Amino acid sequence: MIPATFEYIRAGSLAQALALLGSHEDAKVIAGGHSLLPVMKFRMAQPGTLIDIARVPELHGIDRHQGDLRIGAATTYRALLQSRLVSEGFPLLHECVEDIGDVQVRNRGTLGGSLAHCDPNSDLPAVMLVLGAKMVCVSAKGTRTVPAAQFFTSAFSSALQDGELLQEIHLPPLPAGAGTCYHTVAQAASGYAMAGAAVVVTKAGGKVTSAKVALTSSGDIGRVVDTSAFVGSDGGDAALAALGAAASALTDATGDLHAPADYRRHLMGVVTRRAAATALSRAK
Amino acid sequence: MATIFGSGIRRREDPRLITGLATYTDDVALPGLAYAAFLRSPYAHARITKIDTSAAKAAPGVVAVYTAADLEGKTGTVPCAWNPPNCDLKVPAHPILASDKVRYAGDAVALVVAETRAQARDAIDLIDVDYDPLGAEVDPEKAAQPGAPVFHDDVPGNIGFTWSCGGGDAAAEFERAEVKVKLRIVQQRLLPTAIEPRSAVASYNKGTGQLQLWVTSQNPHIHRFLCSLMLKLPEHRIRVVAPEVGGGFGSKIPAYPDEAAVSFASMQLGRPVKWTEDRSENYKCTIHGRDHVEYVEMCGMKDGRITGIRSTVYAGLGAYASTAGPGIPTILHGLVYSGAYEIPHIAVTVHGVYTSGTPIDAYRGAGRPEAAYLVERLVDTFARAAGKDPAAVRHLNFIPKEKFPHTVATGVTYDSGDYGPALDKALALIDYEGFRRRQAEARTQGKYLGIGIGSYIEICGLGPSQVAGAVGFGAGLYDSAIVRVYPTGVVRVYIGASPHGQGEETTFAQVVAQEFGIPVENIEIVHGDTETTPQGWGTYGSRTTAVCGSAVKIAAQRVKEKARKIAAHLLEASEDDLEWTGTAWQVKGVPGTAKSFGDLALAANVAWNLPAGVEPGLEANAFFDPSNFVYPFGTHVCTVEVDGETGEVHIERYVAVDDCGPHINPVIVQGQIHGGVIQGIGEALQEIAVYDDSGQLLSGTMMDYAVPKASQMPHVETDYTVTPSPVNPLGVKGCGEAGTIVSAAAVVNAVVDALAPLGITHIDKPLTPARVWAAIQAAKGGAR
Amino acid sequence: MKRPVTLQVNGAARTVEVEPRALLVHVLRDELHLTGTHVGCDTSQCGACTVLIDGHAVKSCTTLAVQAEGSAITTIEGLGSPDALHPLQQAFWDKHGLQCGFCTPGVIMTATDLLERNPDPSDEEIRHALEGNYCRCTGYVNIVAAVKAAAATLRAARAAA
Repeated sequence: MIPATFEYIRAGSLAQALALLGSHEDAKVIAGGHSLLPVMKFRMAQPGTLIDIARVPELHGIDRHQGDLRIGAATTYRALLQSRLVSEGFPLLHECVEDIGDVQVRNRGTLGGSLAHCDPNSDLPAVMLVLGAKMVCVSAKGTRTVPAAQFFTSAFSSALQDGELLQEIHLPPLPAGAGTCYHTVAQAASGYAMAGAAVVVTKAGGKVTSAKVALTSSGDIGRVVDTSAFVGSDGGDAALAALGAAASALTDATGDLHAPADYRRHLMGVVTRRAAATALSRAK
Repeated sequence: MATIFGSGIRRREDPRLITGLATYTDDVALPGLAYAAFLRSPYAHARITKIDTSAAKAAPGVVAVYTAADLEGKTGTVPCAWNPPNCDLKVPAHPILASDKVRYAGDAVALVVAETRAQARDAIDLIDVDYDPLGAEVDPEKAAQPGAPVFHDDVPGNIGFTWSCGGGDAAAEFERAEVKVKLRIVQQRLLPTAIEPRSAVASYNKGTGQLQLWVTSQNPHIHRFLCSLMLKLPEHRIRVVAPEVGGGFGSKIPAYPDEAAVSFASMQLGRPVKWTEDRSENYKCTIHGRDHVEYVEMCGMKDGRITGIRSTVYAGLGAYASTAGPGIPTILHGLVYSGAYEIPHIAVTVHGVYTSGTPIDAYRGAGRPEAAYLVERLVDTFARAAGKDPAAVRHLNFIPKEKFPHTVATGVTYDSGDYGPALDKALALIDYEGFRRRQAEARTQGKYLGIGIGSYIEICGLGPSQVAGAVGFGAGLYDSAIVRVYPTGVVRVYIGASPHGQGEETTFAQVVAQEFGIPVENIEIVHGDTETTPQGWGTYGSRTTAVCGSAVKIAAQRVKEKARKIAAHLLEASEDDLEWTGTAWQVKGVPGTAKSFGDLALAANVAWNLPAGVEPGLEANAFFDPSNFVYPFGTHVCTVEVDGETGEVHIERYVAVDDCGPHINPVIVQGQIHGGVIQGIGEALQEIAVYDDSGQLLSGTMMDYAVPKASQMPHVETDYTVTPSPVNPLGVKGCGEAGTIVSAAAVVNAVVDALAPLGITHIDKPLTPARVWAAIQAAKGGAR
Repeated sequence: MKRPVTLQVNGAARTVEVEPRALLVHVLRDELHLTGTHVGCDTSQCGACTVLIDGHAVKSCTTLAVQAEGSAITTIEGLGSPDALHPLQQAFWDKHGLQCGFCTPGVIMTATDLLERNPDPSDEEIRHALEGNYCRCTGYVNIVAAVKAAAATLRAARAAA
């Protein structure tokens, strides 16, 4: 398995990366390469140029910035897992990343690379949605901030425009006392979720006071479950079941050899219900 | 010293393997090496209407491009080496490169040779082939029906053979019996998935006319034999080397067209050529395993006694008859339908069916896991129908130990056995009664706990050559060893078998060390090179230790006997007056006279003073041909919890109690069981090769074919009983396949047991969450 | 177009002329003749090609050599040798943690990364850490035992130091 030939340029700075992107029409951006290289090896992708942004300093780092957590797009999963800012402030992200791929993939794969790829079966978009992430996109013209809800436009398609790079991901703090959970049932071979749900909830006085739920592998990227009926409920079995049913109803993924459509729809309800129950149990 | 046989010493092959210093086939580097890549058919079944290689030939670095036209008249076809008698087997021609038609997605159409791997790969895209697609059918039952597409003009209806075996009068017994059960069982296609893909490096010297072929092979002598047919080159001009081989599980037994094409290229070019398959190529083109659709029935009496079993099996052969393909669903499958039980009435009918899928051949256990699976699924189903405990039914029907050797209704004779203790031990280890109590309680809480038992025998240690001939196996099944003692008393042993992970470099050294009373460090086992090793038949069918190990022991004993003659001469004593101390020959009761093995090695090799009629040197060879197969046995039990909502199966515990006779190295035996069990669990829960209707392999990469991962698999608890075999001097029975034989049955039995309250009686493996959930849904719907 | 790439391989600077598309595993095997690193799949699943890049386990079949420019690469050959085995290599030998050996170098490299992060892993943590390394021979039972044993050895060595 050998990719077709291409030109390779390593960008040393953000400005250089953006200039290269502007001057190479058939270019693809590579960071960890764990989404891109496998398809290039099968020659299903044959870019003329690879622009390597893995060592662009402006794309690295995890820090607090104006109350948000700021994560450079080329931050590896490994770096996320080792960050106390992440594990303490955003246990949902930590929980999700722990099970992405395997150790070797997590050592190379990057948060921004995965998000920009917009794979509807990827775990991260749902997590970004419920966390209310903001994507900082940069081009030669400057930066703009796109909320996660607008960033994931459709399967394998993001709001990034030509000549634009994902520079940073900003995560606003979780609501006080929030409980979170990311739960999937994975297909045995690739480890991709057959169904997955990310949940952020708060509760007070025996009632659910807020809830955000987004789905993985629902058929399209970025599906968010309507939680208006769940909020205000007691979060008990009936409310959870209704929430699960709403997640199922939102799922129209076609079947594949691991999960026929009806099973996936059903499973989405189960994982959503379980994720929400766990999140509630973690809420303070 | 006396304990080296039976000691779990560390493996002697490991230092090179754990440091990256071992040489696998793709590691072979030669001056002037060129690289090959195959263009393979994207269609399952199509007529080739045009091949244009001109652009590929003109591409950078390309040395040559070959198609079937270039091979015409210069090569043979790919042979099938197992032709079971009395079944009218039809073996259509299997060309090395497809000429007029392709018959599965992956069939090789052209070979490119170039200066680099990348250039060979690039040129593949430049070959222009026009195909006229024809109908595909991968399901063996459907391919056997009228109206299915026909894949070979000389096999109308696609039925390659219809074979039957049995004994007693099953038809009458099924009329008479009180309890009858039946199942339709699909034994899915599996991808063997040796982690090392196949590879071949061919180096032909036009000056000497010698071809050296390094190839990922479990049996280099068979490869030499079959390559000589494919290449029309006499065997003595071919040296086959199986260097380090990274797992086989049956998939590296067959001779493939690939190594023949690569050798042909080297012969044409007079330079070495290397080819190594990608994993996706491996999944398309390396043989697959299993692939049965079975209609099976069992009958017996209300007291739990089993009296009959019968079947109709559609066994896929794939697109072509692979090396051992036809022998697997017949000889290695039908003959073991009696399992561990006395079943007087057996009738087996197997249709071998050509399909448009990848050829089917031996995959770990090969035929016997399919048989054990259907028998053990039937036993559980029968026990339930009879209202009996499945463990009790097994006990009741086991062949009693005093009956061995015992000839079962299919006509084969089990060598030795004592099946009850293994079952008892397994049940005790898993606390069967305790689990049943826990299960009853869990059921009241709506939880699905289950326990599954699988008791098995297998036919292995292949086998007597005479029987090989009688059953149409186109090879011998003896094996061989040369034990050569150097003047300093160190030993090399050249063996005909070709281990590739099973550890015989260690166990055979233990056999020799035990005989000679020398450290294992002084012994080296040499294998895998037809130039240096005596004729043998390879490593598969759990035969290496039982057959080749016995040859090693016999050759070592011959050496020891020669040493005795020399010792007697040197001591001026009669041979009968000598005794072996464990490390030396000495005059009985006179320790001061001891002639150590080292002393005698030197005396024999310098030959200054040998007895009359004794030749110099100290070596012996042996060819050992066993008098019968060996029949290992055992019982595996596992407990599961099924998530009724998601369909996920969680294995709580897995206990394997196996009897493969005495353990030469118990640690190695245990390791073989571990690996075998996990392969069976993979088969039970997650492994399946799926094709679409057009014959495309959907599970064509590891993204979709679920090889078991560490995080998915349970710990495996092992124990054993020891019942020696009388058919070889080591008493051993073989353990390479044992773990796989019944593990899938144990797991599926456990899941069905867990779901029994829903009325579920069978789910076809693999028991993926989706399948289990669907079965639960269907059962709940049915109950409504 | 080939270009020079310099890698620190097992402690020594090595410069090779490679195409940008050359995978790190092919450069290690074909150019530098370090054939202990293997290729077992084409989808970044099996982990037979695992090496350490700057101390982190990485699948060298999913890494371009040019991406690794200037990095420190450790292969199984650099971890230890038969006369000076690394504790993991020793433990795999002692615990029968391998059969055919093809996956073993990759497993050991990943385990190196694990023990660096977690000196006392549980069975479950070991199994989770090794989910990107497929072994078809051992059923993983003795691999888990080997990693545990190596962890104990390394902890003892650290405590003694």
